[in-house]
Amino acid sequence: MNTEIMGVFAAFIITILLAYPLGKYMTKVFKGEKVWTDFLSPVEKLIFRLSGVDPDKKMDWKENLKSMLMINLFFFIWAYLLLLIKHPFMNPMNIGSMEAALAFNTAASFVSNTNLQHYSGETGASYFAQVFILMFLQFVSAATGIASASILFKGLSQRQASDLGNFYNLLVKSVTRILLPISFVLALVLLLNGSPMTFSGAKEIVTLQGESVKVATGPVAPMIAIKHLGTNGGGFFGANSSHPFENPNYLTNMLEVITELLIAIGLVFSFGFYLGKKKLGMLLFGVMTIFFISFSSLAIHWESRGNPLIDNLSISQNAGNMEGKEVRFGAAASAYFGTASTATSTGAVNSMHDSFMPLSGGIFLIDMMINAIYGGVGVGFLNFFVYLVVAVFIAGLMVGRTPELLGKKIEAKEIKIAAIVLLIHPLLILTGTAIAAHISAVNPSVGWVHNPGYHGFSEMLYEFTSASANNGSGFEGLGDNTNFWNIMCGAVMLLARFIPIIGPVSIAGMLAKKKTIPESAGTLRIDSATFGVVLISVIVIVAALSFFPALALGPVAEFFSI
Amino acid sequence: MLNNTLVIKMAKRKRYTKLFEAEIVRKAIGESFIKMNPMLMMKNPVMFTVEIGTAVMLVVTVISAFNGSSAQGSFGYNLAITVLLLLTNLFGNFAEAVAEARGKAQAASLRKTREITPANIILPGGEVKIISSSELKKGDVFIVSAGETIPTDGEIIEGLASIDESAITGESAPVIREAGTDHSGVVGGTRVLSDKIKVLVTGNPGESFLDKMIALVEGANRQKTPNEIALTILLAGFTIVFLLVTATLPPFAEYSKTIITIAALVSLFVCLIPTTIGALLSAIGIAGMDRALRANVIAKSGKAVENAGDIDTVLLDKTGTITIGNRKATNFYPAKGVERNDFIKYCILSSIADQTPEGKSILELAEKNNIKTSDGETKDARFIKFTAETRMSGIDLSDGTSVRKGAWDAIKNYSNNCNGEIEELQQFVVDIAEKGGTPLAVAVNKKALGVIQLEDIIKPGIQERFERLRKMGVKTVMVTGDNPLTAKYIAKMAGVDDFIAEAKPEDKLRYIKEEQQQGKLVAMMGDGTNDAPALAQADVAVAMNTGTQAAKEASNMVDLDNDPTKLLEVIEVGKQMLITRGNVTTFSLANDVAKYFAIIPALFASSIPGLNALNIMHLSSSESAIMSAVIFNALIIPALIPLALKGVKYKAIGATALLRRNLLLYGLGGVISPFIGIKLIDMLVSLFV
Repeated sequence: MNTEIMGVFAAFIITILLAYPLGKYMTKVFKGEKVWTDFLSPVEKLIFRLSGVDPDKKMDWKENLKSMLMINLFFFIWAYLLLLIKHPFMNPMNIGSMEAALAFNTAASFVSNTNLQHYSGETGASYFAQVFILMFLQFVSAATGIASASILFKGLSQRQASDLGNFYNLLVKSVTRILLPISFVLALVLLLNGSPMTFSGAKEIVTLQGESVKVATGPVAPMIAIKHLGTNGGGFFGANSSHPFENPNYLTNMLEVITELLIAIGLVFSFGFYLGKKKLGMLLFGVMTIFFISFSSLAIHWESRGNPLIDNLSISQNAGNMEGKEVRFGAAASAYFGTASTATSTGAVNSMHDSFMPLSGGIFLIDMMINAIYGGVGVGFLNFFVYLVVAVFIAGLMVGRTPELLGKKIEAKEIKIAAIVLLIHPLLILTGTAIAAHISAVNPSVGWVHNPGYHGFSEMLYEFTSASANNGSGFEGLGDNTNFWNIMCGAVMLLARFIPIIGPVSIAGMLAKKKTIPESAGTLRIDSATFGVVLISVIVIVAALSFFPALALGPVAEFFSI
Repeated sequence: MLNNTLVIKMAKRKRYTKLFEAEIVRKAIGESFIKMNPMLMMKNPVMFTVEIGTAVMLVVTVISAFNGSSAQGSFGYNLAITVLLLLTNLFGNFAEAVAEARGKAQAASLRKTREITPANIILPGGEVKIISSSELKKGDVFIVSAGETIPTDGEIIEGLASIDESAITGESAPVIREAGTDHSGVVGGTRVLSDKIKVLVTGNPGESFLDKMIALVEGANRQKTPNEIALTILLAGFTIVFLLVTATLPPFAEYSKTIITIAALVSLFVCLIPTTIGALLSAIGIAGMDRALRANVIAKSGKAVENAGDIDTVLLDKTGTITIGNRKATNFYPAKGVERNDFIKYCILSSIADQTPEGKSILELAEKNNIKTSDGETKDARFIKFTAETRMSGIDLSDGTSVRKGAWDAIKNYSNNCNGEIEELQQFVVDIAEKGGTPLAVAVNKKALGVIQLEDIIKPGIQERFERLRKMGVKTVMVTGDNPLTAKYIAKMAGVDDFIAEAKPEDKLRYIKEEQQQGKLVAMMGDGTNDAPALAQADVAVAMNTGTQAAKEASNMVDLDNDPTKLLEVIEVGKQMLITRGNVTTFSLANDVAKYFAIIPALFASSIPGLNALNIMHLSSSESAIMSAVIFNALIIPALIPLALKGVKYKAIGATALLRRNLLLYGLGGVISPFIGIKLIDMLVSLFV
């Protein structure tokens, strides 16, 4: 058991050690300073020349958001239309087209960095779809998040100026300077550990029993790299990271969990570097980490302890709760993987979340309900920023000054936007789940819920939470490839993706134009531990108070009923 | 007449009475019901939703009275919840009504000063006619003579008078107001004690400062302050979240095969939304204005008072604010070879006819040294008045001795001392100036005999006030006409952070602009017409009530007491307003934790027995748990009314320390107290249910 926990601990320490220099590097990329990857600039220039974009044009927050929405709309249409047709080439398995609702869901899912997969991985998408639709979106959706975060940083560092950088420039550079190089290294490592990289279709294999079976394979390694690095989570295979081709051994498992946290944590540090407020960056990292470590510990605790019902049968559970888990990872690493995957918006699974102990499942839900414990690349920080604004507002009042964030006054307009963004998450999750619960209650024959009772409720709650958090993992056990789930979740994913980008970026744009008030003894220091406590409280209050009844009826009720 | 003054003084004393006076409470209770009008409630989104909940429960109660089925709970239970919700609303209204009533009482005592009085208006033709003060309009001119009451606010355009302003300021000593000076403003309701003045009316009825302030404390037309608006938006956001939480609960329950009564749902909703702050928000705002008024400051808007809490830099005039009125003589420095007593005697002679405060202080100091002159010495003497040309004053005695007193360089030019003596005296002069004093030299028969040291006396306790300001993060700047050397010394002694020496009005303006350029908010106090541009530029400008109309127009507050240190109190009132709101908000939200633990197990106890584990308070029954939570939620409002009215005390201990303190008190306190409160109420309720 101890070795397992040491493994988790090592993975987290390595993550921080890598994220810190990455944060520095990303800051330089955002600011356009000299970096060692400058040799890639001809590639970027070519992209800009082909697309006719002026990467040096100064844009305010409105222009930036407009560009962000326009290009994402284009990505969405691209994906949706191409998924509707059967691909005549790069399709050795001869996989058919998706029907409209599923194509909508899949396009929305990958554009929004969610990667909720209602299609069944290797048998549902051609190689063409995997590479030119899904993997392409995994890169650009992650880059959209990173670029948006960078715009926020710039907004917060401006003094009475409206220039917030250039979204297109940041988007392209996020791909070429951050995502591509790291993915390349990662894919190589995966390849060396046994992940396949081929376009030649399924392999015929004769098993030990002498039967001939077809084993699905394909361009797996590169997709898995960006799947984790870009907190996408959409795997090549339906079984995701529990599939031996996606996640061959303990080492790759460690690598995957490290990379899904890497950029998200790096961006928190980068925030500190960008603004020259390292201490503040550390404080925000600290607040997120307190949540992350607590949640990981709880999940590891419950999984390692095993299921009391199995204890009652006098069956040994030395390995912990191993239902739905891979023996090559073990209970602790799986619990950690699950926490990391839900804390960031990755949503990759190396074990069945459905089979976790009720409160571990609850932890995963809370992770996604907060959606800012590191969070998705870029967007995690944007979500966190909203909590920050609310915390600054309340704490500012408590010390008797008009609340200021980094010297900028937080006024009614900013609070209005923050309130709307805070509202959107519970709105989507709770109303979605309510509708589903109602339909299941009056018409159980729809057959969505395979596990009746509290667990079935958790499954529906999980699905909407995952969609709204742009996470993409599933509790499974839910019959979700129906028009209801495809369309509802598709709409939820899109709303929950773009409103929380628009909100914080517009707040940053408004703050950028304001005068900076110099600090004095009366100014609230937001890099103090005391403010950290306010921040934690705000996150707990907002998330816990919004979702407490839902959690009580799902995981908590299940826990107390075992 | 005497009687009238007495009444006003009593009204004045009333300002410091207890929080809840019977009369105010009676009025407020009536108002609480009137305020139930949905059109009025709509202004407060949080409490408005409570009212809707109450209305829903009323319908449910009526139905349950006639309907045999107990699916929605018993009639008694529903009625109890309805009454409790109604009380929640009434308590909230009561808080606002009390604040308003106190403000009104305050305003009434000020209004008494402007009862309708006769006014002697000068008609364009020149004849004088007696009309009612309420008919006076801007631009009219009236005459007031000794013994009469000034009918309305205005500016003296002719004459000078001593005026009793005790009705406004409570200060009994009469003050002098004179045309063409910086003290030309007069206030309606005050009384002329001597002389006769011609006054120009400066505002139409209903537009004076006082009228504006009265509107602010009365609440009816109160404009919300910017921070209050932002907070209202945030609270509305929370309310919508909790609306979602409760509205989605029935389908969840439907799935879990539980029935949730409407009473339980409405109760949960009302308990979760931030009713405590929602109910007290406007009371806090009104009470803040009321506190400003109690400090005898009239603000043009609530925003101005709120802004005061954000002030970064304060410009203060040296004279009257930092130092006591005028300079005083503190020492005599006779030249070598001059007998000290002789020198002092000449100093007395030089100042006998000097009516300036400095001159008088020289006589006082001489008296302390037990030196007097005999009347015979000044017999037939000729007094020499100070002129701008000679810059000296003095006396020519009948025996031919001429004594002169003046600034050192004037005396130096006038006298014919030898170089050695000049150098010696020069040394005194430099020493005095370096210590912040002003040297005056005295010469007899064109020979300088020595130097008198005049010093500014720093107000006792002013250092502590500046220290307090520094801890608040407010920078203090002293404005003075003194030379930089003197200014620096006084600035150091008083503990101000910066100073503007040899200040001209445009220096103030420039300084304010520079500070604002850095993003700072600047406050200043002023009275003269030449202060007006700087006052207009400042973010918070307080004019003295005696100041000129121009100064008052340019300001956003007027201080009735003419106390230059009032600015500090205004800053605290502004901060208190924000802190009280912030802390009650925190308290209100923190309360929700305990309420969840009371209500959620109660809702599902029957269908999901496991959830009873969340009933950590061991509340006796579902119904009593829900009722206890609602009762606590209602009672906490009146319990916090005193806090809302008095305001949370501001402590200048630095922002982080203050945050830590308030977080423990109102955050942690807000989490813990309802656990205790709800448990206690439940023990009581369970006796009846």
